[in-house]
Parts: sequence; structure tokens; C-alpha cells
Amino acid sequence: MSVPLKFHYDVHGEDFTSAGNASVQAKKALRQLGYDPNIIRRVSIAMYEGEINMVIHADGGSADIIVYPDYIEIVLADKGPGIPDVSKAMQEGFSTAPDNIRSLGFGAGMGLPNMKKHTDDMKIDTVIGEGTTITMRVNT
Amino acid sequence: MTVKELAEKLGLKALSMPDGDREVLTGYAGDLLSWVMGKAPSDAAWFTIMSNINIIAVAMLRDVSAIVVCEGAEISNDVIARAEEQDINLLVSEKGIYDLCVELAKMI
Ligand SMILES: Nc1ncnc2c1ncn2[C@@H]1O[C@H](COP(=O)(O)OP(=O)(O)OP(=O)(O)O)[C@@H](O)[C@H]1O
Ligand SMILES: [Mg+2]
Repeated sequence: MSVPLKFHYDVHGEDFTSAGNASVQAKKALRQLGYDPNIIRRVSIAMYEGEINMVIHADGGSADIIVYPDYIEIVLADKGPGIPDVSKAMQEGFSTAPDNIRSLGFGAGMGLPNMKKHTDDMKIDTVIGEGTTITMRVNT
Repeated sequence: MTVKELAEKLGLKALSMPDGDREVLTGYAGDLLSWVMGKAPSDAAWFTIMSNINIIAVAMLRDVSAIVVCEGAEISNDVIARAEEQDINLLVSEKGIYDLCVELAKMI
């Protein structure tokens, strides 16, 4: 059994100038592994939305990409406030983003729906006051 | 049509054009980043009035051919530097989004 390949990134909260950098780096790493552009794009989009959510809503966290033989797993973990109503948060257009963040172009309430749409599986574990872990899978 | 041809025909100013030979297959207009992320087609020219640094990551991750910042929106030097760093074509215009999209539609 070979050990799956892993990429780990720290995501800093409230840092809007470097927001998205982890996803950009992950995309470059996946390109080097020679994945199909479509697969890379789906992983990139899903990871980006999760990364931005950790920056905006959870004061940062960590992002891991784990490459298995037949799928890529994306794990986004934070110690933020948690999500009180996951089914509501999953609805297109639902957002609690404050105005200053909306003026940067965030807050359409499309991030979580985009993550769902671009992955084959998505699981949200969230505990109020403790944090949120989102695990996504893209079959390769 | 290539990004370079797009720039010439629409009279766009290139702030960063590392890949002028990249093909433009279609267009997309929008300012909400996760909307663009979810809906913009690949190889589109992306017309927007958003000009903050986050547009570069969106363009890179969504695989658009070029960002076209319209309506004369101000772009700071760090945004241009990031575009160059990430090999993103970044073009600007004083014209409105509607006018630019109408012109593009006539060409593709
Ligand atoms: N990691 C997280 N921790 C706490 N709350 C979160 C987290 N991720 C999402 N949320 C909550 O879920 C809502 C919906 O998230 P979603 O990504 O769909 O939209 P958004 O981030 O508000 O806007 P957009 O992603 O379109 O810029 C957020 O407004 C926020 O209330
Ligand atoms: Mg979001």
C-alpha cells in the first residue's frame, strides 16, 4: 500500500489580500501531477470557496488536499463559530457576510452551493462555538 | 479570437498580458465573485467592475482567458503585480460593460 500524497495549507483569517492563495498553490500542485483540467478546476473551485469562507466567517483554518488513486479529498477545518443551520446555509443566496466584505465582491451566498455542485461528495461537520470541518471528494 | 486580438478590437489597455495568444471563446459579465466562480465559462473574457486583488485568484482558478475591468475602475499596482505573478491577462477599458459585451458578441 502506498501512502496517499498530501498537501497542507494554513489559511489566515481576515486577510483578504492573500485570500485564495492556498487554492492557487493547490491548483499548481495538481497541474504538476498531470490531472485533467476539468478535475483540477472542480477541486480548485470547491477549495477556493471553502478557503474564502474560513477567511471571512471563521478567522482562518487549514486546508488539506489528499490524493488517492481514484479520488481527491479536500478537507477544510476551522475553529470558527460553526454554522447554526446548515440547510439554510446551503441555499443559494443565503449569506451573513457583512457589508464591508460584500463590497469586495463576496457575500452572494453561492460559495457552499458551488462546493456542492463541483464535487461528487460533500460532508459538513459543524459544532456551534467549536468549528466546522468540510470534507469533499472529487472522483478522478 | 485571441486575447491580443480582443484587446485590439475593443480598444482595451493591457496591464498584464503574459498569454496574449490565449483563445477567447465567449464572454461573461459579473461582479459577485462566487457567482462568477460558479457560472463563468472557461476561456471566457470576464467583464467586471470589481478591481480588488481577489479577482486574480478567481480568474486563475476559474480558467477565464482574461479579466476586463470596465467603466474605468481604478486598479492598484499590487493587483497588476499579482496578475503578472499568476500569468493572468488583465485588461482595462473606460467603456461600459454593456457596450463591450455588445461589441464582443458581434465578433464571436
Ligand atoms: N466555515 C464557516 N464557518 C462559519 N460559518 C460559515 C462557514 N462557511 C459558511 N458559513 C455560513 O454559511 C453562509 C453561506 O456560505 P456561502 O459560502 O454559501 O456564502 P457567503 O460566504 O456568505 O457568500 P459567497 O460565498 O457567495 O461569497 C455564510 O454567509 C455563513 O453564515
Ligand atoms: Mg462563501
